[in-house]
Parts: sequence; structure tokens; C-alpha cells
Amino acid sequence: MKRGHILGLSFIAVAIVIIITSIGDASTYENFSTAKSMALNGKTEAIHVVGQLKKGQNGEVEGIELGEDKTSFIFIMVDNDGKEQQVYYNEPVPADFIRSEQVVVIGTYKTEEMFVAEKILMKCPSKYQETDVKPSTS
Amino acid sequence: MGNLGHFMVILAFVSALVSAVSYFYYTRASELEKPSWKNFSRITFYIHGFAAISIAVCLFEIIYNHRFEYFYAYSHSSKGLPVHYMISSFWEGQEGAFILWIFWDVVLGLIIIRTNKFWEGPVMLVFTLVQAFLVSMILGVVIGDLKIGSSPFMLLRDVSEAPIFQINPDFVPEDGTGLNPLLQNIWMVIHPPTLFLGYASTLVPFAFLMAGLTLKRYSEWIRPALPWAIFSAMILGMGIIMGAYWAYVTLNFGGYWNWDPVENAVYVPWLIMVAAIHTMITFKKSSTALKTAMILVISSFILVLYATFLVRSGVLGDSSVHSFTDLGLSGQLLIYMLFFLAIAVFLTVKEWKHIPTSEKEASVYSREFWIFIGATTLALMAFQVIVPTSIPVYNAIVEMFGGLSNLAPPADQIGFYTKFQLWFAVALALLTGVGQYFWWNKMSKEDLKNALVTPYIISMVLAAIIITVGKVYDITYIVIVLSGAFTIVANFTILVKLLKRKTFKLAGGSFAHIGLGMILIGIMFSSGYSDTISINMSGLTYKKDWEDNLNKENVLLWINKPLQMKDYDVVYRGRYKKVVGVPDYVKADAMESLDGVNEALALENIKVADKVYFQKGDTLKLVLEENSYFKVEYFQEDDYKFTLYPMSQPNPTMGLISSPDSKRYLTKDLYTHVSAINDYEEPEWNDDQFINAAPGEQFFINDFVTQFESADVVKEMDGVPLEEGDIAVQAVLTIMDYDVKKTLTPVFLIRGSQVGKVEYIDQDLGIKVEVDNIVPEENKFVFKVNTYQKDYVVMKAAVKPMINVLWLGTIIMLIGFSIAIFRRFDEFKKMKDKGLE
Repeated sequence: MKRGHILGLSFIAVAIVIIITSIGDASTYENFSTAKSMALNGKTEAIHVVGQLKKGQNGEVEGIELGEDKTSFIFIMVDNDGKEQQVYYNEPVPADFIRSEQVVVIGTYKTEEMFVAEKILMKCPSKYQETDVKPSTS
Repeated sequence: MGNLGHFMVILAFVSALVSAVSYFYYTRASELEKPSWKNFSRITFYIHGFAAISIAVCLFEIIYNHRFEYFYAYSHSSKGLPVHYMISSFWEGQEGAFILWIFWDVVLGLIIIRTNKFWEGPVMLVFTLVQAFLVSMILGVVIGDLKIGSSPFMLLRDVSEAPIFQINPDFVPEDGTGLNPLLQNIWMVIHPPTLFLGYASTLVPFAFLMAGLTLKRYSEWIRPALPWAIFSAMILGMGIIMGAYWAYVTLNFGGYWNWDPVENAVYVPWLIMVAAIHTMITFKKSSTALKTAMILVISSFILVLYATFLVRSGVLGDSSVHSFTDLGLSGQLLIYMLFFLAIAVFLTVKEWKHIPTSEKEASVYSREFWIFIGATTLALMAFQVIVPTSIPVYNAIVEMFGGLSNLAPPADQIGFYTKFQLWFAVALALLTGVGQYFWWNKMSKEDLKNALVTPYIISMVLAAIIITVGKVYDITYIVIVLSGAFTIVANFTILVKLLKRKTFKLAGGSFAHIGLGMILIGIMFSSGYSDTISINMSGLTYKKDWEDNLNKENVLLWINKPLQMKDYDVVYRGRYKKVVGVPDYVKADAMESLDGVNEALALENIKVADKVYFQKGDTLKLVLEENSYFKVEYFQEDDYKFTLYPMSQPNPTMGLISSPDSKRYLTKDLYTHVSAINDYEEPEWNDDQFINAAPGEQFFINDFVTQFESADVVKEMDGVPLEEGDIAVQAVLTIMDYDVKKTLTPVFLIRGSQVGKVEYIDQDLGIKVEVDNIVPEENKFVFKVNTYQKDYVVMKAAVKPMINVLWLGTIIMLIGFSIAIFRRFDEFKKMKDKGLE
């Protein structure tokens, strides 16, 4: 076998390893029900859950509790199937959090009641959709 | 202005198409007809260039003159912005970014016309086609349901559905919504143009390659393309580094690189471009690797388009921190990418058989072999990043065919990418060391051993020193230090040899590789040994047991209360503002905001080091009023060390925007970042409390021991003399808050039969106090007290060691690129002057 072939084969081998690990390490999108059953079955790797913050009748966000030293907080999230869940985040409330129209939490269930997020991604109303022009008072 | 702008967009689009057709006929025309086609093509391209520049001028005029009737100005700018940030507003929106790209292509095209004789036709044909696609992105033409491009010259009333426009169609908002505060940074003024120049310049080698294929000059295209490929890699690299630096100094991402899809999307084409350069150089030396070079050049160009598609089509959706919205251009971007991919693949496949290859097997002791391995490693690095970054694309494809895919990007992106990229980078570092030796010397097995022994020993010693001094005890990190040191030493030896021979212009490679070694070591230290010193050591036991395992990386600092953070004691001292004409920060409660933009009234004399800059009552000009700077003093063993002012801005549309401040040492940075602040703009005061006290007595307010020093009759208030017959009594209360003495002076005023109570608010302590009544019989004062939280800040601090090695490494690498560009362009020019190209 020529050296070129060996090179080519090892190139392909590495590429395959990369693809396999990418798929292996890829996380998944779940809802709170599936996430919980995963955690109960001992699968503790972090997964993604997409949803919204729980809002009251007037559209205010409900259920945010700041930690004692303000360095962590708990909030209530409603996943896309409508299931409510308390989520703990070990960071101060991120910028824009209250205004976000969609949140993605990446994390896992630590107890049956509490989902612990390692990371939160937020989708905020973009400036492009900002059609709410306020007339100025002057 | 908008109509002119829109007209220029259409002109640019039409002229690009005409120019493309004309260049097409030029390449086909007989020698006799060529000059006239050439003239016509050039004129149309000049018209295109003029139109493109006019578009930019029109848009900037709209922003500069605050024409808020235009959507673009309204949503990206505001009156308070200084001019250099208006430039950032220009490319904050996607349309502006496309204009920037178009502009750079025009500049590059003009340079190509000037510097090339032989290649002009086909190269410019590719250019004009690209321009047509790019201009179509901002065309803003709607045909039925089909929307082509998104125009930056739209009027707000045509975009907005706000009810005000039904009442008054001519309504123009007073002020715009402003520029994203995170982009209000000097690096954001220069980072996008650099990056887009990088994007634009990948087109040049690609265009030369396409020209080479159509003219059946399969190898000659390399010479003119090579300086451009190096240029492109340098500019892209510079853009990436600027972005990383911007992230480091302004963003709360907590570092310079986050493996975010948007970052990856630029990193991948850069890697491929660097790989392409290496194979192109090999080909010039020894006629091998031509096909590989071609594939890499095509890939880098297509990957730039793919990056644009990923970032701007909205397909990344919720997997990226940078959220660009879908402007409905995804289809157009996709067609753009597939069009050029198809052309490139078609031409390459068609000509594949004719592309010369070398049949001889590369020896292990040849430079070609090593460089080829290096290029392969680069390509694999790129592949490893692009595969997981594209996960949202796979989902989109699966869903397009009606399937359902719930694949998500890796949860721990940094860990995931690092574990691969790190080892690839180590391999690269070793390869550059060895490869450079092969490059400059023909080597046998024996020679190689002899040549490498010295640098090997030196690098071992160097690495040993770094490991001991830096206390690097992790095996992975030791390997990185070893390979980094080897690259630096090996390439440095080569560099010295080259300089001895006085051939400075050949030294580009050595410089770039030394830079690589330093970058590697810098990244290892600053990321691997990044030490969060703000670990919460308050000793609180948490209610929930699982919380114990989580490190709290933030600390809560109450104003004036010292807190220990590892080696430091830190004290938060309150909020400050930047005032024009004052060399230091000014305390926020020394001023009162006025109605004007960035204007405030001085409530006391503003002085720094006993020099008075403004008198009480003066109007102060603030540098971006929204920005507050939080003064944090650092002590070590009771000695004051330094003060940092991390910035934070409670933004009405984006929440809290923070920007860190760092103490820079030669060997490390101490990085301080505000995570949360006390909202004291509109405090919710607690219920009224009434306290009876006589002068000289002590009592408690908000847990502070308060001394009622005295009650004095005053003759003036705030510098204004009182009226005849007025009686004003000022109570003087003092509070010791740790080492700070605060004096509170509420006033009780009797004018005729009226009573005036002037309250005193201390924002820092969260106290509002007024004299509610005076009971002369008992010599008692009745104070009405409201309390709020005392001011605090939640912050994060980390030590980043050796970050300067990283920045220095990138600068050295860029110098290396510059030297290489100079050399390669010189070669091309010599050939051109000989009339060969």
C-alpha cells in the first residue's frame, strides 16, 4: 500500500471519529416530562428544554425568587407542552431575562422537583419586530 | 435621501449585472474586439462602484442627521450617540453589514483592475456576479409574494404597525432606540469592517482559481492568488482576534472565545484559508498538491458564504447567543451559496483530468509531506468544528422532509470543542517546528536528527522553566507547553539563520509560527488557569443539599463593607459617572440628571485632587449618561492596591448590560464584572417610621447607629438665601458605615403659617429622612424615616494569567502574515512586469 493511501485512510478514520463523537456528545431537545424520566433513569447529562417564563394575567413574569445573597435564583418555566417546572440557576438573573419571549435551559433534574440549569439562552423580541413606537410627549 | 439611496441600490444591481455580461463577452471576444469590451466593462464596473459608495453615503447621512423617519436610523441610532458610534450603528443592522461587504468588494475589484492585465476579464466576471448577489440582499423589491432583499431605506411608517401612524402618517419619532450598548465599544467600530474585508477578500483567490480553470491555466493562477490568500487569512485572523478582544473587554461571556456558532463560522474558513496557503506554497515549490490547493480555496470561499447563511438566516435559532433575526433572506443566501458552489464544482470536475498532478510519492523526509500533513490537520480541525456547529441545519433539513429531529448542540460547548482542538493544535505546533526545518534545508535522516537536537534541548529547558515557574502540573497542559516551546524555539532558530543571511522578507513563516506557539501557551495559561476569585465564601449553608456542589461564582458586595476574595479584600464604594472634562470618575450623587441628552446638574463642586473642574450648579456633560461605573477598591493585607470601575447599564430594552474592568499586569489580568445591581432609580421605600430624638442622642436607622449631632438654624438653603421671616432648622445626623462617615441634613422650614419639609436621601445607604415635626417643649425632633436596601453590587472576578502572551502571539503572527504578503506580491509583480501575466 502506498503511503498516500495510508494517509488518506487515516484522514477518513479521524473524520469518522469526529462525526461519531459529535453525534455522541450532541445534546438533545426535550420537554420537562421526558427530561424527568431521563433523570430518573440515571441519565444525568445536560439536555435542552425550550419554553417560556410563567406569566400572570397582566403579562408579568411570576415565580422568580432571588437567592439570599442574590447570586442565584429560581424561576418557573412552562415548556412547549404547557408543563410548569421550577428551575434553579446558579447565577444572578441575566440581562433581559424578564423580557425574553423564549428561553432555552440547558441542564438536568437534580431532584424530582428541581431542574438545575447550567446555562440559559434567551430569545428576546428583536429590534426588527419592535413596531411599538411610542409617541413622544414633547 | 432614501429615494436616492434606493435608486443607487437598483443602479448598483443593474450595473453589476451589465458589467458581468460585458466581462463575459470580453473573455470570449477576439483580440480585435477585446479593447472595446474591456472599456465598456470597466465603465460599468466604475458605475457600479460609484453606486455602491453612494448607497453607503446615503445610509450614513440618514444616521448622521438623525432622520428618524427612516426605520434604520430609528432602530439603530439615537441622538446621544457620538459620531464614532454612529459608524457602529451603520453596520449594526444586517443591511449595513451587506453594504460594508459590497463596499470592500468594490475596493478589491478596483485594485484587481489596476494590478492585473491578463487576469482581469474572468476574475472580474466572478466579482461582478458576486456583487449582483450581494446587492440583491438589500434590493428590497417585492414581486407578488416574493421578497427580494431587505432595503435599509425603508420608512418607519411602512415598517411599523404602531397606531400613531394611523392618526398621523407624518409622525417622526423624537429619538431613535439607540445602539446596542454592547456594541458601544471602540473595537466594535473597527472589528466589523475588518471582518468583512476578510470575508470579501476570500473572493479574490477563488476568482483567480475560477479564471485559471476557465482559461485552462491550471497552475498559473496560484502566483497572483497567493498574496491575496495570505492577505485574506491575515485580515480574517485580525477580525477574529479583534472580536475575541472585544468579547474579552466588553462582554460578559467571561472570556475571549466561547465556541459560539457565530465565532465558529468565521474560525472555520480561516483555518481552511491557512491550509490553502500552505498547499499553494508547496505547489509553487514542487508542483504537488495542486488539486488539494484548489479544493481548499473553493472551500474557504464557500464556507464564508455558509457562515453568512448560518449566522443571518435564522437557522441557528436558539443555539446561538448572538441572535440575528431572519430578514427573510435565507432563501436568497442559500441560492447565492449554491450558485457558486455549483459553478466551482462544475468547472473543477470538468477540468479535473487536465489538472497536472505529480505522480512521484512524497518522501517522509520531504517538506511536501510535512506541509501536507499540516494542511490536513488544519482541515480536520475545521471539520471538527463545522460538523457540530451545523446541527441546527441538519434539524432544519430533517424537518423540511417532514421528519422530527431533537438533536441539540453539545451542552458544554467549550469542553467539547477544546478536547479536540487542543490536541490538533499541539500536533500543528510540532509540525510547524519540524516542517520549517524541512522547508529551508534538504534533509536526510541524519541531518534532521542533528538539526533538531539543539532546538529540542533548548525547548525542553524553556518548557521546564515555564512549567516550574507557572506551576503547570496537569499532564495535558505540560504537553501544550512542551509543543508550544518547541515551535517557538525551532522557528526562532530558523528566523535567526534567515536574518543572518539578511533575507528578512523570507521570515514571514517563522514569525507566524512563533506567534502560533505563543498563542497556544497564552491560551493554555489564561483559560486553563483562569481562577475565579469571587467564589462565595460567605459561609451560608444552603437550604438544598444539591446546592453544595455548585460553586457560587458571584459575590454580593454591600457598599463600604469589605469582603475577602482569596488574596484580596474588596470594598464596593458606590456608583460613578464619566463627565466630559474631568479626568477621574465622578460620584453619581454629586449630580442630578437634566432633561437634555447626557446632561446633568452639579450638586456640589466637582474636584479631582483638589482641583475644581466644575462649580456647584454648573451643567455637566456626561459621557453616555446611562453608563454607571461601580467603584471597587482592592486591598491586599490592609494595603490599598488599586481601584476598578466595571461598567453597567440598566438598559430599557435589553436589561442589564455590563462591561468588565480589568487590572492589567504584565503577567496577568484581574478581571472584574458586574452581574447584578441594586435598582435604586425608583426604589420601593418601606413604610414610614417615626423616631423621636433630641440633639446628642443616638438611634438606629436601617440598622445603622445614627448620631443626632445638632440642630442648627440656617440662613440659606442650597446657596439661596432665605426670605425675610423664614425660620429654617437643619438637623445634622451622622452615620458611620464602616470607614465612611455620612452626614444627613434634612431641613425643617417655617414660612409664615406654612411648613416645608426638605427630605434628605442617601442612595448609598438607602435612607430617606425628613424632620416631620419639632416639639420645642421637650426639645425633641420627630424624624420620618423610610428605608430601602443599602446599595450593593453582585460581581464576579477572575485572574487570567499570561493573557498578554496570547495577544502578543497574535500580533507576531500578523506580522508574519504581513511579511509573507509583501514577499508574494513582490514575486507576482516581478512576473507581471516581465509581461508574463
